[in-house]
Amino acid sequence: MTEASLYLLQQIINGLTIGSTYALIAIGYTMVYGIIGMINFAHGEIYMIGSYVSFIVITGLLAMGSFALPLVLFIALLVAMLIASTYGWTVERVAYRPLRGSNRLIALISAIGMSIFLQNYVALSQGSRDVALAPLISGSVLELGSLETFEVTLSWMQLLIWVVTLVTMTALTLFISRSRMGRACRACAEDLGMTNLLGIDTNRIISLTFVIGAALAAIAGLLLGLYYGVINPFIGFMAGLKAFTAAVLGGIGSIPGAMLGGLILGVTEALTAAYFPSEYKDVVAFGLLVTILLFRPTGILGKPEVEKV
Amino acid sequence: MSQLLLDVNELTMRFGGLLAVNKVNLSVKHRQIVSIIGPNGAGKTTVFNCLSGFYIPTDGSIMFNGQQLAGLKDFQISRKGLVRTFQHVRLFSKMTVIENMLVAQHRHLNTNLFAGMLKTPSYRRLEKEAMDRAIYWLEEVNLLQHANRAAGNLAYGQQRKLEIARCMSTQPQLLLLDEPAAGLNPNETKELDQLIVRLRDEHEISILLIEHDMGLVMGISDHIYVIAQGTPLADGKPDEVKQNPDVIKAYLGES
Repeated sequence: MTEASLYLLQQIINGLTIGSTYALIAIGYTMVYGIIGMINFAHGEIYMIGSYVSFIVITGLLAMGSFALPLVLFIALLVAMLIASTYGWTVERVAYRPLRGSNRLIALISAIGMSIFLQNYVALSQGSRDVALAPLISGSVLELGSLETFEVTLSWMQLLIWVVTLVTMTALTLFISRSRMGRACRACAEDLGMTNLLGIDTNRIISLTFVIGAALAAIAGLLLGLYYGVINPFIGFMAGLKAFTAAVLGGIGSIPGAMLGGLILGVTEALTAAYFPSEYKDVVAFGLLVTILLFRPTGILGKPEVEKV
Repeated sequence: MSQLLLDVNELTMRFGGLLAVNKVNLSVKHRQIVSIIGPNGAGKTTVFNCLSGFYIPTDGSIMFNGQQLAGLKDFQISRKGLVRTFQHVRLFSKMTVIENMLVAQHRHLNTNLFAGMLKTPSYRRLEKEAMDRAIYWLEEVNLLQHANRAAGNLAYGQQRKLEIARCMSTQPQLLLLDEPAAGLNPNETKELDQLIVRLRDEHEISILLIEHDMGLVMGISDHIYVIAQGTPLADGKPDEVKQNPDVIKAYLGES
């Protein structure tokens, strides 16, 4: 392979890695929007909390020593998912449910308020400076090309992100399409009022979507935290914005759309940063969003909204 | 009193200055088909909306099996055994026919996550019962061969029947049908007619019906209430209502 194509391959690998984590966060936006039609702007903060919890658990377990690394990561993942889910559930219960049925704008403002609150809450309790973690997973799985020209590497960390994302998305897809709770979720997304009339307590289903979204965001929090090695209380804002873009790009309300949107956005960003000054990557990412909204307002996989009565 | 399934007393619904329903009384006995008729805009659907918990009535009481329904949430009312359909079809159109039937039985199922993952015997038994009930009712309305099609792809008349089957799978005692014959052709209306009578006679439930198709209403109703402009006008057996001069005036206008 020529040097140029090796370079391109490397950017696609990097892009798919970041894109996978965007997709994980985007699920939370898209599922909530699909059911109650609101944008949960505090979702990025849930991801940030997931990152913090996993950092705390990893540091604590490593300090105690004598644990195998996979076990440490697994425990951190479970704890982060559990705590982030609790936050997701609480945010819905406290800040959104009392406002359900009122103007959409009011819930949106409440969400922005919640986002600011959570950021500052973490900044106060954990300090607002960067927290770093020494790389735990090093080495690469695959090296292509030679050092003289250009070497493509797929690191273990990247492979881990791919595998975890793939497993999570498969599990989610199976849950939504096969399980009875998933069936109830789909029913809510189609017609919340009718689902209620059939005797289903839709508030429980709505809580469940917040919990699932938060758990997935926590997975992304752990993975991206390990990948970058540095977190701070404000990472949720940009990550949330990117994931939201991914959700809209793929068609908000559609779960496969969020997955696809995340990957496309990640690769686009990586390619922009590779061939243009890297400051342009956000410009291109959000430019892509504007373009999609202009020419296909419902996103790539979204269907035109049917007016609900 | 005790044999009344539904006993509505002085039901009133006010939207600001508009009096949509004014002191309507209704009662439905066990195994009875009762119809509400009246000109368009008379407030029939508003009555349904109050009964099913869509609106909270301004005043009046709704006793169902001796329990007060006014003020309960819609999902709680449906759990008590009172379910409804709408004037327009409201199926989960992207889901398959069988999924529509199963979702309606969600509350009868064990939703414990661990039971679901471990597939405990009670979980399997409940799931099988739900599936059996779904198949039973699909057979009753002659839709079993379409079980795996998306509900939105069925013909209109079939969608109507699926709605009734879906309601029945929740095992209600009282079924509220809002203009079930709207948009059906004469053959389909006749089938619907037979289905409703069968629900009363074989499945021993009561039906409260809003309908404009007078042939259907007069043919199957045990009792008819007429309301106009939100106010009760008359009630009685089909023959009595047909002869009532007030009813004729309300429908045809003053001569």
